[in-house]
Amino acid sequence: MDVDALVKIMPPVTDANRPFWEGTLAGELRLQVCDCCGLARYPEAPVCPRCLAEQATWTAASGRARLWSWIVMHQKYIAAFADEIPYLVAFVQLDEGPFMYSAIVDPPAELRCDMPLEVVFETLSAERAIPKFRVAQ
Amino acid sequence: MATNERRAAIVGVGQTDFGALYASKDATRNAHGLAAEALRAALADAGLDKSELDGLVTSWVDYGRMATVLGIPSPRVVYDLQGAGRMSGMAVLQAAALVEAGAADTIALVYGNNGRSVKMRYGGTAASPIAAYDTMYGMTSAGAELAMMYRRYQHEFGIPDGALAPIAVTNRRNAARNPVAVMRSEITEADYLGSRYIAEPLRLLDYCIINDGGVALIITTHERARQLRKRPVTIAASATRGDLWNFYASRDYFYAACDDVAQRVYAKSGLGPADMDCVQIYDNFTPTVLFSIEGFGYAKQGEGWEWIKDGRISTEGERPVNTAGGHTGESYMQGWAHHVEAVRQIRGEGGERQVANCDTAHYICASPIVSSHVLVGE
Repeated sequence: MDVDALVKIMPPVTDANRPFWEGTLAGELRLQVCDCCGLARYPEAPVCPRCLAEQATWTAASGRARLWSWIVMHQKYIAAFADEIPYLVAFVQLDEGPFMYSAIVDPPAELRCDMPLEVVFETLSAERAIPKFRVAQ
Repeated sequence: MATNERRAAIVGVGQTDFGALYASKDATRNAHGLAAEALRAALADAGLDKSELDGLVTSWVDYGRMATVLGIPSPRVVYDLQGAGRMSGMAVLQAAALVEAGAADTIALVYGNNGRSVKMRYGGTAASPIAAYDTMYGMTSAGAELAMMYRRYQHEFGIPDGALAPIAVTNRRNAARNPVAVMRSEITEADYLGSRYIAEPLRLLDYCIINDGGVALIITTHERARQLRKRPVTIAASATRGDLWNFYASRDYFYAACDDVAQRVYAKSGLGPADMDCVQIYDNFTPTVLFSIEGFGYAKQGEGWEWIKDGRISTEGERPVNTAGGHTGESYMQGWAHHVEAVRQIRGEGGERQVANCDTAHYICASPIVSSHVLVGE
């Protein structure tokens, strides 16, 4: 993996998402949880999509998820991934509700939909880490 | 409810030669010029003069430059829609509603796309900071999103590998009978199974063919349509519904949105799946065809792959689908060319691929905005 190229295409850290990215360095998957109705959301958004409240608290999620689906990408679309082809992309649902695309670290020979997963963090540089998942122990 | 006289009808269709455009890339090829070529053909097809157009709706190309290029400086209705496949059905719904409401009498819908020549990719590093949350995992493109949905769908309903082959094979058979199609050779199931993976479980032959091209439709009132030379094709019903969240992939394969749109177009038209003489299905990737026929009640959920087998969807079959070859055979024109084909079939202009006694056509697009129309020949 071309880590420098990957860092360049990652979402830039902004005031709106800083707690999320600081969480990845601290080993926590932090989500905005609505102060009004309790709904967790990912990625960052200015209001709650259920009740439209602005106020939210960044909260560490359990890190547990299940595998909704996955693909193996054989086509080069993104330069940072050119050396990774074919590579796996997972679509996971966090126990708190939100879905996210991610990667699976050390995937077993056979994956199956709904497999339980847990988050891990891969450090890319002093400033950036990326959440990934592995099959739950 | 529109009066009988103001009911919307499609009276002109035109398109570029997709195969000829595919044969060469030309970075100077102009999207507005391709759209203009298609509109010229649609005006000739309808027997209308440009001066009779009082509305202009564009997609992929912007309305301002398009109106200038076409010399339509003062349309009563004018706007553009995003250059996304879900917008062709939306454009038809809106133009029909605007004609029925009396906002304009005769609206040209034009689409011009030079994306292949200018190396546009429908996937890659996105500009949106939210999309970057996906691309940082190497996730990009609608094809990959469909692959993600299709893997889950296979798991949920027990669908075997190769279930999509009849769609790819039928599209190519139809394209071989379409003089403007990009792909003029047929393929076999073995060809399909042997084609390389792009976003596994989807293969190259599940993918649409990115191309340059232009398409135009002219929509007017039924009253005006009756005075023109071709058989009027009325828009008996049209409806849309969003299935929108952070991702293209839909957790229920667009099923609930399709079902809602289906109920409304069937109720308004008084027709159902058994009445459709041909079905033109937006097929950016082959799984979309299964999601469409299930969402619109042609087959039960999880049973679409068996329904499409054994020739049912061929031009001679019980329910012909994508008679011009669809996006995997004719050309990826974001659903626009599917509308042209629907009209041609109802008029009996399908040539070698003509469906016998075709009086009705059903357009379906299952996507983050589901759209559908029922078209009926007078």
